Amino acid sequence: MPAVSKGDGMRGLAVFISDIRNCKSKEAEIKRINKELANIRSKFKGDKALDGYSKKKYVCKLLFIFLLGHDIDFGHMEAVNLLSSNKYTEKQIGYLFISVLVNSNSELIRLINNAIKNDLSSRNPTFMCLALHCIANVGSREMAEAFASEIPRILVAGDTMDSVKQSAALCLLRLYKTSPDLVLMGEWTSRVVHLLNDQHMGVVTAAISLITCLSQKNPDEFKTCVSLAVSRLSRIVSSASTDLQDYTYYFVPAPWLSCKLLRLLQCYPPPEDGAVKGRLVECLETILNKAQEPPKSKKVQHSNAKNAILFEAISLIIHYDSEPNLLVRACNQLGQFLQHRETNLRYLALESMCTLASSEFSHEAVKTHIETVINALKTERDVSVRQRAADLLYAMCDRSNAKQIVAEMLSYLETADYSIREEMVLKVAILAEKYAVDYSWYVDTILNLIRIAGDYVSEEVWYRVIQIVINRDDVQGYAAKTVFEALQAPACHENMVKVGGYILGEFGNLIAGDPRSSPLVQFNLLHSKFHLCSVPTRALLLSAYIKFINLFPETKATIQEVLRCDSQIRNSDVELQQRAVEYLKLSSIASTDVLATVLEEMPPFPERESSILAKLKKKKGPGAVSVTELEDSKREGGELNGGSDRGPDTAAMAASNASTPSPSADLLGIRSSAPVGAAPTSAGSLLVDVFSEAGPAAPSAAVNDDGFLSSAPPSEDPAPPLSEADELLNKFVCKNNGVLFENQLLQIGIKSEYRQNLGRMYLFYGNKTSVQFASFTTTVSCPGELQSHILFPQLNVQTKAVEPLVEGGAQIQQVLNIECLTDFSEAPLLNIKFRYGGALQNLTLKLPVTINKFFQPTEMASHDFFQRWKQLSQPAQEAQKIFKANHSMDTEVLKAKLLGLGTALLDDVDPNPENYVCAGVIQTKGQQVGCLLRLEPNAQAQMYRLTLRCSKDSVSRRLCELLAEQF
Amino acid sequence: MNYLFQIRFILIQNRAGKTRLAKWYMQFDDDEKQKLIEEVHAVVTVRDSVSYALSVLFSQFRNFKIIYRRYAGLYFCICVDVTDNNLAYLEGIHNFVEVLNEYFHNVCELDLVFNFYKVYTVVDEMFLAGEIRETSQTKVLKQLLMLQSLE
Repeated sequence: MPAVSKGDGMRGLAVFISDIRNCKSKEAEIKRINKELANIRSKFKGDKALDGYSKKKYVCKLLFIFLLGHDIDFGHMEAVNLLSSNKYTEKQIGYLFISVLVNSNSELIRLINNAIKNDLSSRNPTFMCLALHCIANVGSREMAEAFASEIPRILVAGDTMDSVKQSAALCLLRLYKTSPDLVLMGEWTSRVVHLLNDQHMGVVTAAISLITCLSQKNPDEFKTCVSLAVSRLSRIVSSASTDLQDYTYYFVPAPWLSCKLLRLLQCYPPPEDGAVKGRLVECLETILNKAQEPPKSKKVQHSNAKNAILFEAISLIIHYDSEPNLLVRACNQLGQFLQHRETNLRYLALESMCTLASSEFSHEAVKTHIETVINALKTERDVSVRQRAADLLYAMCDRSNAKQIVAEMLSYLETADYSIREEMVLKVAILAEKYAVDYSWYVDTILNLIRIAGDYVSEEVWYRVIQIVINRDDVQGYAAKTVFEALQAPACHENMVKVGGYILGEFGNLIAGDPRSSPLVQFNLLHSKFHLCSVPTRALLLSAYIKFINLFPETKATIQEVLRCDSQIRNSDVELQQRAVEYLKLSSIASTDVLATVLEEMPPFPERESSILAKLKKKKGPGAVSVTELEDSKREGGELNGGSDRGPDTAAMAASNASTPSPSADLLGIRSSAPVGAAPTSAGSLLVDVFSEAGPAAPSAAVNDDGFLSSAPPSEDPAPPLSEADELLNKFVCKNNGVLFENQLLQIGIKSEYRQNLGRMYLFYGNKTSVQFASFTTTVSCPGELQSHILFPQLNVQTKAVEPLVEGGAQIQQVLNIECLTDFSEAPLLNIKFRYGGALQNLTLKLPVTINKFFQPTEMASHDFFQRWKQLSQPAQEAQKIFKANHSMDTEVLKAKLLGLGTALLDDVDPNPENYVCAGVIQTKGQQVGCLLRLEPNAQAQMYRLTLRCSKDSVSRRLCELLAEQF
Repeated sequence: MNYLFQIRFILIQNRAGKTRLAKWYMQFDDDEKQKLIEEVHAVVTVRDSVSYALSVLFSQFRNFKIIYRRYAGLYFCICVDVTDNNLAYLEGIHNFVEVLNEYFHNVCELDLVFNFYKVYTVVDEMFLAGEIRETSQTKVLKQLLMLQSLE
């Protein structure tokens, strides 16, 4: 076998490397390098033509210097010259220099295409491989343009050497990944599939990567690969451990090829052909059987290679999710691994079982391993293994074992690694909510969470417990009692104070009968924490105090005194000062009735997807929480508060934030981000109205003799749009049907269809109560900007009046006809007024009519797309936004949204296959506006760049705004 | 399953964090590369100090994962997609190391330093375009021997 001596062939290089290694300091190294650079520069510039050997040596030295981290700004031409040498070693150094430095100097590429062309047609397999490797390593668009048609020819030509075929297959794969539009399918396609039958296993190994990638993009065209892959796999699996000679690795026949074959099959559903399927099932069974056989070698390489195939086979079994027998066998096999002495295997078994837990066929089988997994959580020494154990417990949790699993996770939390605490907290919170049979258990669990890991309890978690307590009156008394007890601890976490303040402020009356928790005791307890808390918590406590004044008139004097003291009323923090002043005033001038209305108990929150589930998904990133999580939540959907009946598209924080009280908004929701679902009677908005007229500086201005709320609502004027109206609107940018709004009285559903510049929208108003709605009227208006163009309205909306009575439980329908006259940016408003039990309900929403609804999709080829893109090059025609991903970045979800947008989603246009481009024409009565869109996801940074180019600049801007909220 | 780049990069680092080979299969700019190199070093050495014998050789890393194995003072790291087959790449590393060992006749760190330009050739024979190209040690070594005979 060859042995290579140090720096053989290039003594000068070896000497230079030794010199560098001997440098005692960074300065010495730099000095030595500069000396060398000067030397090489003078050689390159010298009059004497350098011979090939010297050129190679100097270029190699430059490369070494570059790899040490220094910039190289010359020598490129010499490297390019080396390519035309007919000596392998010189060519190799030339190609290497170019492949490594190409990032920093892309102009090089144009210079070398000629040399590559020559090598590709040289018929010298060594040179051909060098050239192919260079293309595969650089993989630029320019190279694809030059060689994408040439390489398929090399790949399938009958006289191509095997090693060249291997390189050509992967080289083509690289070009297909960077420029799919340039790699044209053709008659070579079917011949590539047949490479699966090639005698040379190395050719199969390389070709299968190409075939897998092509199959994913064009499954139908490559369908024939399934049966070929199955028969190839079958031959490998049934061969003896020495049959495959060179391709046997530690007694395992062709492990990497087997894995790649199993992976290719995961691009397709189970084979339809019975014989093929039978053969495949047989293969999978053989693989499972082999796992039970005694090892042929004690070497870890043997078992790793064997298990690599086994895990890939299990992935395929899970992918098919249709063979209960295989699924259960897979689960049992993994169960054995859970006890294996190899940490890696235990880790992989836990990971793989997580996906098995989501299959209905194997969920029960997975559950039988609960004790082992709990034990792993307690005893594994490596944090990443414990993490997998926690993931698996989460995945296998259902109603039957929830209490046990939550208890174990809680006790683990006390000692858990900091890196995974936050995620554990979220998981516990979700499980506790999802499987809560009695809510006292839920409340206990969350308060325990705060006690054990308060720092890691994010806002979402404590918002959620408050939401649930507010929505469930059967648990309110228990919650008040428990939180009161928890606050007795001398040192309790600030999050506990927040929850305590909120809950006692709302429901303290439920425990006030007990002298041990009388109103004053409650107040003193809360106030004893006040001085240790941050400003937002203090603000929340102040609101709790004013609620106390309403709940317990006997505390009024004490609380007023607290509010009146300088540290409150003259607090340097504006928010605290304002609250102290306003609450003090409110408590002294408002009558008890008014106070009771203003400080009414919070209305229930609308049921939405749990915001913590959304947070967990976001935290784990796309893919990580994966389908399992989503399917899981679907399976359990609607069971409880956390149940989600929406798909992953609404899973984001943005949507669910609306259902949680925002950090600053507390009991009263004084900030604009008031809790949603504060129904039309909301005390919060009422208070805002009062103070927005008066302002804290002169509150008396609004006060008259009969109490300061005389001019307050219910008013007959249309209410301003709900604070969440924009969010509701955003939900409908990419879809036309769904529930637009819901509170405890009313549900509004929407169905709409659009053609050209016309649209028809059906609104369904459902009365959720058992009581009649009277004087039910709806009005559609176009706000602000829309109204200003009287002569040239932008939208024309026509509708007939609805029936004024809506019986309890009934639903009425209204049809709107919409005509888009010119482009617009403000959505029309829908105001709804009705009387419910005598009280006027007044509510304004934005109708989800957005400019994109009038899109006609336009299909176009890559060439046309770029031509139009270039035509729309005025700066104003382009709108661009870079933003963080708010939702899953999963390809299918993104595609569905882009299609929902109304444009055509164009495949094979963007050179980067990860990007999306769309085209469409917006139809208005007056004109047509052509629009091109490009969305570039960066999965790594969880960011997007969105670019729009439209023939009208206002459209670009508006679409950009709308779409930036969607992804 | 989304078929992007299987292998994002291959790194050989020594304990002190000096890079002995960096092979990139995805476009990264120079700053990004430097950051990745540092992060990988932090990941593999931290795990190592806990307990090598028991430590797991796969590590979640950004949206990818690092599969690595330590040989004496050198860490061989391969960065792949989170869904990729851990053990197959772990043994892929070992297969590569065995080839290096034959080729350099009991390979040591210095061989990789002085023959850095040959190491790239070995890599290209075994991994190309982020995929496994050839797995047979015999075939790879035969090819390397042939190339060695050319001047």
